[in-house]
Amino acid sequence: MTDSSSLQYLLRLGDDRLVLGHRLSEWCGHGPILEEDIALANIALDLIGEAALLLKLAGQLEGKGRDEDAIAYFRDATDYRNALIVELPIGDFAFTIMRQLLFGTFSLAQMDALQRSTNADLAGIASKAVKEARYHVRHSTQWVVTLGDGSDESHDRAQRALDELWRYTGELFLPDAIDQEAAASGFGVDPSTLADLWRAQVEPVLQAGKLTIPPVAYMQRGGRDGRHTEHLGHMLAEMQIVARSHPGAAW
Amino acid sequence: MVRRALPSREELLEILDAVKDPEVPVLSVVELGIVRDAVAADDGVVVTITPTYSGCPAMHEIESEIRRALAADALGPVEIRTTYAPAWTTDWITDAARKKLEAYGIAPPGPADSSELIPLRRRATTVRCPYCQSHDTQQRSVFGSTACKSIWFCNECRQPFEEFKAI
Repeated sequence: MTDSSSLQYLLRLGDDRLVLGHRLSEWCGHGPILEEDIALANIALDLIGEAALLLKLAGQLEGKGRDEDAIAYFRDATDYRNALIVELPIGDFAFTIMRQLLFGTFSLAQMDALQRSTNADLAGIASKAVKEARYHVRHSTQWVVTLGDGSDESHDRAQRALDELWRYTGELFLPDAIDQEAAASGFGVDPSTLADLWRAQVEPVLQAGKLTIPPVAYMQRGGRDGRHTEHLGHMLAEMQIVARSHPGAAW
Repeated sequence: MVRRALPSREELLEILDAVKDPEVPVLSVVELGIVRDAVAADDGVVVTITPTYSGCPAMHEIESEIRRALAADALGPVEIRTTYAPAWTTDWITDAARKKLEAYGIAPPGPADSSELIPLRRRATTVRCPYCQSHDTQQRSVFGSTACKSIWFCNECRQPFEEFKAI
């Protein structure tokens, strides 16, 4: 596998978690109850921690002296490689929780497989992340069932979130040349091989929550190539402003 | 110049046992399993550590505390290496350390769970209240004041308490 492909592969892994971690951090101080405020901030911290490790490794493989902060704060939206689903605004609590279930279950399957990466550093990071993904999914699973099988209002909101988010799930499992090269060399995993496990985990949760998977004719895509929704640029502007206003600052 | 014998791994771990986890100050970084190895050579000391959680904000402070503890013994420059595999698990916490945790008011972790699929409903596990030893307790949230703890409530003594969560 070429260095530039492994770099691209790691950017996808790191950017998914950095962007979702930042989105979740927007709940800090705004959670519906204190326990959930703490829970979402905790999950955000785990995801940003995982992103820091992955982007640091990306910088080392690139060999141009960029560390994880340089990669996170000094790239524009078109250079980000996250899937579209993680950059969408947080919406209401049901939307945030539904996204956590859909992405978190994908992340669990992905990190589980990456424990067997031929790159020892990536395998090590994955073996840590998989433990975190496990209790993240436990959290979102419990909430999706509670909301879906709850009051009319909570059920409607959970169903609306699923209707909106489902069209963004296809991109997670869509392999391209970089994924296939990563899988062939043993560095990474072909995301299409994770789809069955993902459905086996997600569908019973939705059923228990009396939620229906919407019929979707077209799956949104583009994030892996840097074609993003208009939301990412706004989010990055906020995330990057301090680092860009005071380059090299340390505290 | 008289050459001093280099300290053994055990002696280094004894020095590092003075470094407490800033978030669980009753346990040392050795007891928690954060310090994986320590080797002294003529040109300095190499300490290998592993983070408890990917985003643990205490790791920077732990590193500087390790340097401070070793600096007192003038063993030369200290290099700290971070390893991620095998991933840290609460199963590494010793029985003696578990007793200290409980005495401090934090319920010690149960066995780590490594199942592939996540069950729909939470397993009915019970955690013993560290204050009154009752098993009539319930989990309020998996997420607590730090990444490593969850929040519980004791129905017997009506006290909220924290559990060191098993991973």
